[in-house]
Amino acid sequence: MDTLMLSRLQFASATFFHFLFVPLTLGLSILIAIMETIYVRTGDEDYKNMAKFWGKIFLINFAIGVVTGITLEFQFGTNWSRYSEYVGDIFGSLLAIEATVSFFLESTFIAVWAFGWNRLSPKAHAISIWLVALASSVSAVWILIANSWMQHPVGFTIRNGRAELTDFLAVIFQPFAWYAIAHTLSAAYIVGSFFVMGVSAWHLLRKQNVTFFTKSFRVAVTFGLVFAIVLIVQGHMNGAIVAKYQPTKLAAMESFWNTQTNAPQFLFVVPDPQNERNLVEFGEIPGGLSTLAFHDAKAEVKGLKSFPPSERPPVMIPFIGFRIMVGLGFFFLFLTSFAWASRKYIAEKPLLLKVLVYSIPLPYLACEMGWMLTEVGRQPWVVYGTMKTQQAVSPIAASQVGISLAAFIVVYSFLGLVAFYLISRHARRGPELGGAAAAEVEYA
Amino acid sequence: MLETIWFALWGILWAAYFALDGFDFGIGTLMPFIAKDEADRRAVYKSMGPYWNGNEVWLITAGGVTFAAFPKTYAVMFSSLYSALLLILFALIVRGVAMEFRSNFASSGWKRFWDYCLWIGNFAPGLLFGVAFANLFRGILIDGQGVYHGSLLSLLNFYGLMGGVLFVLMFLVHGSLWLTIKSEGDLRKRSGLVAARVWTALAAMAVIFLAATWFSTRLYDNYLKMPVLAVIPLAAVAALFTIRVFIAKSEWLKAWFSSAVFIIMVTLFGVTGLYPNMLLSSINPAFSLTAFNSASSPLTLKIMLGVALTFVPVVIAYQVWVYRFFARELVSAPEIPAAGLGVVGTKAQNESVTKIG
Ligand code: HDD
Ligand code: HEM
Ligand code: HEM
Repeated sequence: MDTLMLSRLQFASATFFHFLFVPLTLGLSILIAIMETIYVRTGDEDYKNMAKFWGKIFLINFAIGVVTGITLEFQFGTNWSRYSEYVGDIFGSLLAIEATVSFFLESTFIAVWAFGWNRLSPKAHAISIWLVALASSVSAVWILIANSWMQHPVGFTIRNGRAELTDFLAVIFQPFAWYAIAHTLSAAYIVGSFFVMGVSAWHLLRKQNVTFFTKSFRVAVTFGLVFAIVLIVQGHMNGAIVAKYQPTKLAAMESFWNTQTNAPQFLFVVPDPQNERNLVEFGEIPGGLSTLAFHDAKAEVKGLKSFPPSERPPVMIPFIGFRIMVGLGFFFLFLTSFAWASRKYIAEKPLLLKVLVYSIPLPYLACEMGWMLTEVGRQPWVVYGTMKTQQAVSPIAASQVGISLAAFIVVYSFLGLVAFYLISRHARRGPELGGAAAAEVEYA
Repeated sequence: MLETIWFALWGILWAAYFALDGFDFGIGTLMPFIAKDEADRRAVYKSMGPYWNGNEVWLITAGGVTFAAFPKTYAVMFSSLYSALLLILFALIVRGVAMEFRSNFASSGWKRFWDYCLWIGNFAPGLLFGVAFANLFRGILIDGQGVYHGSLLSLLNFYGLMGGVLFVLMFLVHGSLWLTIKSEGDLRKRSGLVAARVWTALAAMAVIFLAATWFSTRLYDNYLKMPVLAVIPLAAVAALFTIRVFIAKSEWLKAWFSSAVFIIMVTLFGVTGLYPNMLLSSINPAFSLTAFNSASSPLTLKIMLGVALTFVPVVIAYQVWVYRFFARELVSAPEIPAAGLGVVGTKAQNESVTKIG
């Protein structure tokens, strides 16, 4: 393999791994903040214990999020140096702003929160977790603005052999970014909510700490339902904006080959990329694709064959990724509606509880599929329509990248195992109720 | 002008990073030699617990600012120093998880494993940052295309290694002073002693390094051109001596501040000597990347300056607040209440903590 392939593999593994932890950080921080706020408002000790119990899991997850994030920050320089030179003017500043505006806030107040249980007033303590939650979400905003600029570059001109910023506000306020932000944050909140619902369900099935976990469940289910609805409506808008700005991605994710107006949507498709066609097309909805993509049944949708092969992304990965994500999106809506309707007597619904336990990994899967679609669908461009991925890679020896990739795989597998072990152990162990014991948590 | 301001900010960010995370590096490196039992080790971890992550963000910011203000330097520097940088990053990963996860494992075997991780995770970055910066002062093998023609081994030249040793000693003094402030009893005594002893080695190393700098680099050129700049190395020397004075008086906090000033001044000494170069080419000086030929557009520099001038003071304000907030407690005091992460200490552990306290 050459430096390019190895770097892509390395970047993909590092981001995918990072994004296993990011959404839970984003989602759980808000849920914990809500729990603590309820505690401050009502004085109900259960909610304090909830914040502590979920908070421990949050801290473990957060630690891995942090250590895997730091390698990403530098990989643009190490592996994508040509890219960095070319776009640093815009992309680099967004990363730098993210660090100054959010990472400091996040990592400073997480310590205040973790170490401050008995030193801060309940109110001040709740504020510190709100600050963490806010900072995490704001960090997502900045990184997604950066990522969206790669998807749909705006506000720049090519000067001195690189992309130079001309309009900062255009970069920040472009719709592509805000759709991605809304979509990714909602997705992360669903991850958090399914996590809390699933773990609560596991305990409820065993009739352990029933009040505690029923309350946890109820906080999570409402939150989850709201964002399951938001996500589907909003996801559709994401599709529409992809259609507008990234025609090759749309064609790939729909496996759509021939440009036509009044484009149909098929319910079931088997792509055949080798022969530039679909092997099976079944369940035609006339004008369906045109309507979904452009809100106009007569609109023209560009097929892949209208683009030179050197500008087409691979088809199978975005195609499959899109279908799994959307399928899961509808499943989440269905499941959360059902769970919400039964929230008052959820402890007596073993089947539903079981489904919820097994559903914990699904939102993670949907997120990774979403990213796969977004990033692979952008290929062969690293900055859509402006710079190709193959021009972006550093002029370094493949052997170096091979070694570091192997190191990533070893270190991250180990991290993944440790995180999984610790999180599932804490989750199973359940809360330490009874104030005295819980107050004696020690750092090291 | 904008470029020069950003060059200065760039240097200051690295200096701030070393002055803050430096004490973590030092304490972590020292731990196997100074912690005699489990209670000591817990105290060592606690002395860094609330701070290390906030300190590390200064590195992320220094990296981010290099990317934003000097993209070409960011690109060439980090792709050239590929292996060294990845080693640092892996070490920082290992350190972070050791800090956060050790308390979750009850068995002594696991605890020992995390202790090794903590050690390597603090020692390696301290050493490698020193090696890397010394090489930056000296110049590295980059050509006109920004392609690096050396390897990891070519960084391990004599001057580079001396830089590494200097950094490690600097951080050891810094860390042992911090631990002295934070701990009590026997541990405190021992770490105070370490600070005094390592100080002597550090002073000797500083002299040797300054002399070697004369022969291996051109850092002094700027100082010869503009003698007022000599206040920076003079401040470094003064800070080095005040460290010792305050150690002698057992005024640990003041000694620690002097050590922070020393680290900052040492970094700034190198960076100022480098100006306007950011990445010297040892193949041909004409290939060097400077603050001018690698800078972002004036618009980006202006926007980023606005962001930095607004947010960095805010960051400093709340970080100072946090340091002061946690400053009141000593890490080995028994009545320290809840920290967020970890399991309830066993009774024996709690008792051993009490004994020290
Ligand atoms: C949608 C959200 C999102 C996405 C797409 C990314 N991250 Fe991330 N990142 C976060 C959301 C986040 C977070 C929620 O804010 C984290 C996770 C855990 C944490 O501590 O903060 C974080 C941590 C984190 C850290 C450590 C911060 C610290 O020490 O406190 C760094 C340096 C990065 N990230 C950098 C990146 C880079 C360079 C990415 C692009 C390739 C990236 N992240 C993708
Ligand atoms: C965390 C969620 C993300 C995931 C899972 C993800 C996934 C991927 C994948 C799979 C690739 C490889 C694509 C290929 O080579 O075919 C890739 C490439 C890349 N992504 Fe992302 N990405 C994420 C977020 C981001 C963000 C937020 C940015 C920018 C800030 C970004 C920038 C890049 C760059 C620079 C490359 C390398 C060039 C390329 O292969 O296109 N990614 N990412
Ligand atoms: C049900 C309807 C859904 C639709 C129509 C939809 C649509 C889309 C589209 C079109 C993209 C690509 C955007 C781009 O390339 O920039 C995308 C990306 C993504 N999706 Fe979905 N999605 C849905 C559900 C979900 C669910 C349930 C999750 C996870 C819980 C999810 C997580 C993501 C993520 C993380 C990304 C990548 C980030 C981004 O580009 O915004 N999506 N989605």
